Amino acid sequence: MEQLLSVLIGILVASAVYLMLARNLLRFLFGLILLSNAANLTIFVAGRLTPGAPPLVPDGLDAPVGDVANALPQALVLTAIVIGFGLFAFALILAFRAYQSLGTLNTDEMRVAEPKEIR
Amino acid sequence: MSWYLTLPLVIPFAAAIIAYLLRHSPLGGWVSIIGSGLGLIASIALMAVVLDAGVVAGQMGNWPAPFGITLVADLLSAVMVLITAITGFAVAIYALGDITERQAKLGYHALFQILLAGVTGAFLTGDLFNLYVWFEVMLIASFGLLILNGGKEQMDGGVKYVALNLISTILFLTGIGLLYGMTGTLNFADLALKVDEVENQGLLTVVAMMFMVAFGVKAAVFPLFFWLPAAYHTPSFSVSAVFAGLLTKVGVYALIRMFTMVFDHDIGFTHTVLLWVACLTMVIGVLGAAAQSDFRKILSFHIISQIGYMILGLALMTPLALVGAVFYLVHHIIVKANLFLIAGIAKRLTGGTEVYQIGGLYKSAPFLAILFLIPAFSLAGFPPLSGFWAKYIIVKATLDVEMWFVAFIALAVGLMTIYSMTKIWAEAFWKPHPDRIEPELKTLPNKAAQIIPVAGLAILTIIIGLNPEPFVIFAERTTEQLLDPTVYITTVLGEAS
Repeated sequence: MEQLLSVLIGILVASAVYLMLARNLLRFLFGLILLSNAANLTIFVAGRLTPGAPPLVPDGLDAPVGDVANALPQALVLTAIVIGFGLFAFALILAFRAYQSLGTLNTDEMRVAEPKEIR
Repeated sequence: MSWYLTLPLVIPFAAAIIAYLLRHSPLGGWVSIIGSGLGLIASIALMAVVLDAGVVAGQMGNWPAPFGITLVADLLSAVMVLITAITGFAVAIYALGDITERQAKLGYHALFQILLAGVTGAFLTGDLFNLYVWFEVMLIASFGLLILNGGKEQMDGGVKYVALNLISTILFLTGIGLLYGMTGTLNFADLALKVDEVENQGLLTVVAMMFMVAFGVKAAVFPLFFWLPAAYHTPSFSVSAVFAGLLTKVGVYALIRMFTMVFDHDIGFTHTVLLWVACLTMVIGVLGAAAQSDFRKILSFHIISQIGYMILGLALMTPLALVGAVFYLVHHIIVKANLFLIAGIAKRLTGGTEVYQIGGLYKSAPFLAILFLIPAFSLAGFPPLSGFWAKYIIVKATLDVEMWFVAFIALAVGLMTIYSMTKIWAEAFWKPHPDRIEPELKTLPNKAAQIIPVAGLAILTIIIGLNPEPFVIFAERTTEQLLDPTVYITTVLGEAS
C-alpha cells in the first residue's frame, strides 16, 4: 500500500510541476492544488498506514488496548485540507479579479507592479 | 493555564472581532489602537515573566506535552512578541492618518489585528504543526490586506505574493509530514531530543533542506525572494510597513528556531548552505536596491539585503554571531517599519514615491528629514545608531572565525546601503521638487497620528544605539538558551525528560 501511494504521490507532484511551469495562471493554480494534495498524502503515508482498531480508550483505562491506528496524521491532514481549501478558494477569486482588472492570465504579461522600464 | 502566554494572542483576536463589528464607524481605528496598546502591555508583562523565569510554557487544553498544543516563551520568543506589539501599536496609530474610510469599511482594522495575532502565535507556539497553522493565519490576513485597495497594481503584486507563498506553505507541510514520519513527534522540545535517535541522518538533512527552502521563501532569501519586491510597494503604507517589519522576520525566526534547536545534526552541510545563501542575499538585495528608483522598491530590496545579515549570524552558529542575529532582528524591525511609514508621509506631502519625480522635503519639512535620517543611517550602520552595533557584532563574529571574505562582503554591502539611502536623500529630500511644490508638514491631514509613531520608533532606534549594553546582554542570554536548549526542553516536557 505504501509503495502504491508513493507512486501516486510521485505522479501527482510530476503533474503539478508540469502544470505550474505553464504561463497561464489558472493552470498554475490547478498545479498548486495537485501539489497540496500530494503533500496531504505524504503526511498520511509518512504517519504509517496501520490497519488497526480505532484508537478508542475503553472505560476505566488510561490507554487503548492492543494495536490501534494512529489518528494524528489524519487529524493533521484534515486541518491541512481545510486550510488548503480556504487558500485555494481565495487564490481562484484573486485570479478571477486579476483577469478582470489586468485583462490577462498570462503571467509573462503581468508586469503592472514591476514595469520593464524603470525610468 | 498561564494568562501571560495566552493574553498576547487573545487580545488581538478580540480586537479584530470588535473592529470588524465597528468597521462602518470611525471607532474601528480606535479599537485597533486600544487593542494594540493592551497587546503591548500584555507582551511587556510576558517579557517581565520570561526575564525572571527564563522559559515559560503552557499546555493548551491541559494535555501534557508532547501530545497537546504547547505555547512556549523563551527569551527569543518574548522579545519577538514584544517587538511585534511595539510595531503593531505604532502602525495602528499611523493607520488613523493613512487608512481611507473605504479600506476601513472593507475590514482593514480587523485584518490588521488578525495579522498581529498570527505573527504573535508563530512566535509563541512550541509545536511545528501549530506553527504551520499560525503561518496560515498570518498569510490569509496578509492576502486580504495586500489586495484591499483592489487596483491593478495590487492584483498584479498579489498574484505573485500569493502564488510563491502557497508553494512555500506546501513545502513546509510536506516537511512536517516527513519529519513526523521519522520522529513521531512535532513538539519542538521533543523533536530536539528525538532527531538524534533517527537512524537515517542523511534523510534528516533532506527534510532539513525542505524546511530551509520553505522558511527561506518566507524570509525572502536569495534565490527565493521574488515575491517581495513584486508586492511590497503596492498596498497602503501602513500595510507595507507592518509587512516589511514583521512578515519576513517570522521566516527568519523559524529558521533560527529550527536550525539551532532541531536541525543541528549536520552543521557542516546545512549551515554552509546558509552561509552562501546569506552572502548572496546580502549582495543581490543591495544591488537590486541600487537599480530601483521608487522609494518603497528601494526599501523592499533593502529588506532582502538585511535578511542576509541575520541569516549570516545563524550560519556562523558561534555564540557571538547568534547574538548579532538576534540584535539585528530587533533593530531591523523597528528601523524598516519606520522607513516605510516615512515613505507614506513623503508620498502624501510630495504626491509620489518615484524619487526622481519628487523632492524639496529637506527645505520645507526639515523635521521629517531628520526623522528619515535616523532610521536611514541606522540601516546603513552609522554609529551611534542601533544598526552600527548590529553590523559590528556580525562583522566581529565573521572576523573571529577568520572568514575574511565574508566580512568583506558584509562591510561592502553596508557601503552599498549608504549609496541607496543617499539616492533617496538626494532626490526626495535635497533637490527642489520638479514641480516647484514646497510641501510642508503643517498641511498634512491627521498630522499627529502620522508623526508620533515615526518619532517614537526613531527614538527607540537612538535609545538602542546610545545604550546598547542591556540589549547586547539580553541577546547574549537569548543565545545561551538557543545553543543549549536544556531549560527549554525541561520546561516544556517536565523534569522527567
